[in-house]
Amino acid sequence: MRRAVLLLIFCFLGSTSLAQDLLIRQATLHVGDGETIIENTDILIADGRIAKIAPRIPTNKMIQVVNANGRDVTPAFFAGITASGLTDVEAVSESVDSGYRELFTGLMHPEIDVRLAYNPLSSVVPVTRIEGFGYALLAASRSDRGIGGQGGLVRFDGGFSSFEGSDVIFIDLSGHAAKSFGGSRSAQWALIKQAFDESLESDPDDRELLSAAGAKALKETRRAGTFVFHVNRAADIIRLIDFAKAQKINAVVHGGREAWIVADQLKAADIPVVLNALDNLPADFDSLGSRLDNAALLNQAGVTVMFSSGETHNARKIRQVAGNAVANGLPYEVAIKAMTTAPAKIFGGEARLATVGAKADLVVWSGDPLDVTSLAEAVVMGGIPDSMTSRQTQLRDRYLPEQNALPRSYIKP
Amino acid sequence: MFRKALMASLAFCSQIGIASDSAFPSTYQPLASEPTVIRNATILTGNGRRLDNADLYFEDGRIVWVGSGEAADNSRVIDAEGRWVTPGIIDVHSHLGVYPSPDVDAHSDGNEATAPVTAEVWAEHSVWPQDPGFTRALAGGITSLQILPGSANLFGGRSVTLKNVPAGTYQAMKFPSAPYGLKMACGENPKRVYGRRKTAPSTRMGNVAAYRSSWIKAQRYIDDWSEYERKVAEQEAKNTNAEGTAALAAALNKPPKRDLELETLAGVLKGDIIVHMHCYRADEMVTIMDMADEFGYQVGTFHHGVEAYKIADQLAQNGVCGALWADWWGFKMEAYDGIQENIALVDRPEGGCAIVHSDSDEGIQRLNQEAAKAMARGRAAGLTIPEERAIGWITSNAAKSLGVADQTGTLAANMMADVVIWNQNPFSVYAKADQVFVDGAQVYDRFDATLQPISDFELGQLMEVTP
Repeated sequence: MRRAVLLLIFCFLGSTSLAQDLLIRQATLHVGDGETIIENTDILIADGRIAKIAPRIPTNKMIQVVNANGRDVTPAFFAGITASGLTDVEAVSESVDSGYRELFTGLMHPEIDVRLAYNPLSSVVPVTRIEGFGYALLAASRSDRGIGGQGGLVRFDGGFSSFEGSDVIFIDLSGHAAKSFGGSRSAQWALIKQAFDESLESDPDDRELLSAAGAKALKETRRAGTFVFHVNRAADIIRLIDFAKAQKINAVVHGGREAWIVADQLKAADIPVVLNALDNLPADFDSLGSRLDNAALLNQAGVTVMFSSGETHNARKIRQVAGNAVANGLPYEVAIKAMTTAPAKIFGGEARLATVGAKADLVVWSGDPLDVTSLAEAVVMGGIPDSMTSRQTQLRDRYLPEQNALPRSYIKP
Repeated sequence: MFRKALMASLAFCSQIGIASDSAFPSTYQPLASEPTVIRNATILTGNGRRLDNADLYFEDGRIVWVGSGEAADNSRVIDAEGRWVTPGIIDVHSHLGVYPSPDVDAHSDGNEATAPVTAEVWAEHSVWPQDPGFTRALAGGITSLQILPGSANLFGGRSVTLKNVPAGTYQAMKFPSAPYGLKMACGENPKRVYGRRKTAPSTRMGNVAAYRSSWIKAQRYIDDWSEYERKVAEQEAKNTNAEGTAALAAALNKPPKRDLELETLAGVLKGDIIVHMHCYRADEMVTIMDMADEFGYQVGTFHHGVEAYKIADQLAQNGVCGALWADWWGFKMEAYDGIQENIALVDRPEGGCAIVHSDSDEGIQRLNQEAAKAMARGRAAGLTIPEERAIGWITSNAAKSLGVADQTGTLAANMMADVVIWNQNPFSVYAKADQVFVDGAQVYDRFDATLQPISDFELGQLMEVTP
């Protein structure tokens, strides 16, 4: 295994930053459609996109080769609903830009867009990318105004503006959110409904909760975007289903610890669920029904499932989340789909299906991509192999030698 | 050397803490068990051995043999072909019961964050035995765990080690004869909590000054009790007449006043209570080990130690364990240098004592997966770490950290029969604990609902719902 890793690194050293044609040899390719695996196939990448998927594609000296030797290859994974690139250190408040609080305006602010604060140079981004993650949903965290703000998909290619898909507005419906906004769920619903109604009013005199920019943002997202509602309790999910239907909006449940109880209603309303498959404790009175097979039960009912770990720095844990969902009954390829094409479809942007014509964001895994003992051996973004280094690999390589004549500050990996 | 001399000089101070030794005693009784043979398993003993296609026998709560041997005729026989057997998993860092589920304010009992030195509080007095987290941890193979106070304070209070059996009181879970621990904390948490209130400490140097002041008080406390006991002994020796009896009575009537805070600190200086110290940064851990030398005590385990890999040799040389996460980092400044090879690098030197801990009601349910991640990262960095070594991070090394290594954490004759049968290699995301035994009694079965306990809190919830 170790030798295989070194071989891959050797191949990459010869690469330039320009997208050279790349051939991944002998892959076990998980397409990401929820069912298809192509065994023992080659994948040819040209101009950053998948050009051909077939066995024994002829090669030449101009084509860089990565030999997968039968190992698993997947589209680069979805890192969940995160603040990657919005946060350097969670407890260092000036490095955190994932939301707003205590604004002087007294209004709700759906127009506040966390993407404006995204920094692809944050060490969090390569730390996450080299674990096989190619994109994430940048989220606005819970605010004290009912609506957290907006975000959207970001691709971890290091670009300053690598955003994809539609606008996504975040609304927290949990008991915790209600506590800081209106004091109860009833008050919260009344105010959120009022804000949605106001977004259609053009006369400022008809608006109490939104600025002109806020009304525009909410209206535009109603038309062409998506709303992510953080909600766990079954009863609250039912209210959300009614609300989404009445408002004719694209809604997504985030959290969804009791979603399995109302799986059929979610299916009928075509509302997907982003969940953490490790949530199995009654963490609060919103989540007494938490259970490990939530994902499996939702999938059985036909609901689209996606994962989030609730983490930013450790967003990479989402692979373990998905693995545990499979260990508790979710079909394997459905879990791969939940990590690849499902979020892309729901939130827009590149399709992320491993088919000809698709952008070549791919990962070669050392073993089962959902197991905790596997790791990403090669991450290819837009046809370019990643250096597979991060601040953490450099710290590791500084302290890995058992002895060094000079202080370790002189070791610069 | 200085430490040894001091310990010797304190050896006779046995009176200190006499009351606390008998306070809130364990009432734990093993549940009913039967002689049991587990056959044809892959056995990881916990202390570095792997036995393939091997058997294990326990009786009356204790392991009788591992490998092969004689079993009682009426033994229960479990065929574990294709399955793996390990010691019961031990989590040295849990807040189950003191920060239970549901996580509501009324249950927030883990940090007595009203003063930076609260060595007088005992975590067990906050433990809610109905925390559903205990049953979830059991399903993950956890058979023993240490419940710690939080890290807001420099001295957070005493910990308690529990056996993970369902019970209505913590006393009925309390690990018999396990030593107490003392939770201490370095770095950002204490200085943030108290600095914000414009009280000491507000800096790392303030932290260290306050620890040292407390140790000085504890030394004086020990001296006062020693002096009292010396006087009593002197009078007893002279007690040959009425005058002597009167003097003895006078001496006995004036013992120093008991002080719960100093009793705990004195317990550390005497070597009876193990220090468990929350500490992230490498330089701070070295400062703390120097302080321990100054006052003649031993740091048992650094917890979290996100930078422990930078001082792995010093930890090993000082005989200090590192209880660590597989991959947490970045949530605060002192956690910024976290790497996934931390555990493997702390394990590397001769005498290294690496432990995987959870500090989480989720992580404790799958400590095997956390160990698997750490093992995989160590291997990828070129280190040789077979499963039989890595299992020690959540069994024998954890038992050592808690001072119970002679009782549990290893599958060997005469050890407590704390045993887990896994459906496969436990170092996998798909592994599940099939059966769990504590002191030979089966307390969990994945396939038998009658052996899946649920807490009072969960009973009767969501009654209208059927999955």
